[in-house]
Amino acid sequence: MSMLLEVNGVSVTFDGFRAINNLSINFAPTELRAIIGPNGAGKTTFMDIVTGKTKPDEGTVVWGERNISLLGMSESQIAREGIGRKFQKPTVFEAQTVRQNLAMALKTPRGPFSVLMHKKTKANGARIEAVAEQIGLADSLTRSAGELSHGQKQWLEIGMLLAQEPRLMLVDEPAAGMTPEEREKTTDILREAAKTRAVVVVEHDMEFVRRLNCKVTVLHEGSVLAEGSLDHVTSNQTVIDVYLGRSHA
Amino acid sequence: MRKTFLSQNPSVLIFIALLAIFTIAVTLLSEVTGVGLISTSFVKTLGKTLCLSLVAIAMDVVWGYCGILSLGHFAFFGIGGYAIGMWLMYARTEGIVMTSLASQPLPPTPAEISDAIGNQIFGVVGSSEFPLIWAFADNLFVQLLMVVLVPGALALVFGWLAFRSRVTGVYLSILTQAMTLALALYLFQNDSGLRGNNGLSGLQNIPGFEDSSQAKVSIAFFIASAFALGAAYIGFAWIVSGKMGSIVKGIRDNEARVRFLGYHVESYKLFIFTTTAIAAGIAGALYYPQAGIINPGEVAPIASIYLAVWVAIGGRGRLYGAVIGAVFVSLLSSWFTGGGAPNINLGFYTVQWTDWWLVLLGMSFVAVTLYFPKGIGGLFDYLVRKPS
Repeated sequence: MSMLLEVNGVSVTFDGFRAINNLSINFAPTELRAIIGPNGAGKTTFMDIVTGKTKPDEGTVVWGERNISLLGMSESQIAREGIGRKFQKPTVFEAQTVRQNLAMALKTPRGPFSVLMHKKTKANGARIEAVAEQIGLADSLTRSAGELSHGQKQWLEIGMLLAQEPRLMLVDEPAAGMTPEEREKTTDILREAAKTRAVVVVEHDMEFVRRLNCKVTVLHEGSVLAEGSLDHVTSNQTVIDVYLGRSHA
Repeated sequence: MRKTFLSQNPSVLIFIALLAIFTIAVTLLSEVTGVGLISTSFVKTLGKTLCLSLVAIAMDVVWGYCGILSLGHFAFFGIGGYAIGMWLMYARTEGIVMTSLASQPLPPTPAEISDAIGNQIFGVVGSSEFPLIWAFADNLFVQLLMVVLVPGALALVFGWLAFRSRVTGVYLSILTQAMTLALALYLFQNDSGLRGNNGLSGLQNIPGFEDSSQAKVSIAFFIASAFALGAAYIGFAWIVSGKMGSIVKGIRDNEARVRFLGYHVESYKLFIFTTTAIAAGIAGALYYPQAGIINPGEVAPIASIYLAVWVAIGGRGRLYGAVIGAVFVSLLSSWFTGGGAPNINLGFYTVQWTDWWLVLLGMSFVAVTLYFPKGIGGLFDYLVRKPS
């Protein structure tokens, strides 16, 4: 199967610290993947590299059917190519309404002049409402995003990601600070989204990962330690030693 | 779409209505109609205040909405003033020279005319040669174009370099201030070609309207300033509403997030920086014919800092706040420094407002920033309940 994203032999060093060490990881066009690993394993740095925030010292990052390299591209170009990202800390535009937040994310032309001449259409309005429905914020469209609860902000950010219609969604700790019911709903949203695209979830919470019920990649010291089902990786002795062993000691 | 824009932004209609009423009232009460309740010099003060409001709106868009604390917008304002000032000075001097040469027995040659004008204009800096930048000073159309093009091009190049390198926050402010300082220092030089610290003067005399009284000229400029302010208000309100406004405010609040949404943040900043610089240039071109004189001191960095203070006191992120700040602080400033405010005798010390006004202004700025971040404009939030 041809891959949507291929990361090959990527390394990056910050002030002598090797955050990513010869990392190779691939994602299929439609899949749900969880990335776990202890603090400092390089999960966030990996996302930074894919989204263009950090330039690696070596290695390749190849995207899509046309096999284009993402390394020379800016963050906004990569986003337009179809890679969306949700941050660890919910970052929505708090001064604006939920509708405005979603409208900004909606997949429409991104140039300043098309934005200046942008007119609201019924079709776009319907798309915004559909996304709002999906994330359970249909009644809150006119509310300011700053008024939302922590969990709702997380959903809004996931909703913005959905509105962007990316082919690859990178989701950093979507369940942080959520109640059990909220987590359940988040799981449903992500699994639904993974039917038509690749969804990569970075998560600390093992219960949440178990509920996602997908392939798991364990990162450790900047490279892949193990890959497979959650049961497979959690029975791996090295994984137990470096990660699970520590938290369950 | 226009209908929804205005119905969604009722403050624009209110502002335009108030501006229209104000303009008509001042015109009727001025010396032009013979009522004379408002003196010509006060009409000029009001006209200049409208121009300052216009540059304050530009500052609010670039700072309050887009988050770029530019300390260079008064430099663009000054450039606009210099561009129109060159034509005003050239054309007027030409008129005077022609009149004086007309009495000579032989008709003057073009070289003689040029020399005589050069002598008149550049005599104060010990020169009579026309510098290259005056090449089109005799052409009103070209100089009007310069009012728009020079600030626009400078902002475009400067902004492109700065935004591309991702210079943000206080570093960008310092960079814009350095640009302003460099421009002011250049203009102060006698060989800058713009008469050094003498600046350009006699700008209140409009060539071709020598027979019109200053009362008429000042009302004409007052009305033109009002129109420019109204047009800019509508234009900028349109830009910062709707989707463009969403993105621009998003850039202010979290630039990186906007980038990850797929927007090329630098283009947006450049668009805002350049359009506001052009607006500032136009404001300057209307201001200095009313002020009568422009000199490099006007471009000095402190002017751009005042501009930021007005906008902060008036209320960032709302266009009417910028207007309130500019009107309130600039009029108050001329009242205090012009000897309008009575000095306070404390017995052991007399508080002279000409000296203490700056202290008062500085303290107000600190107080507003700390306790009323929404500024004077924020008071309207208590009066008008925002529909949610």
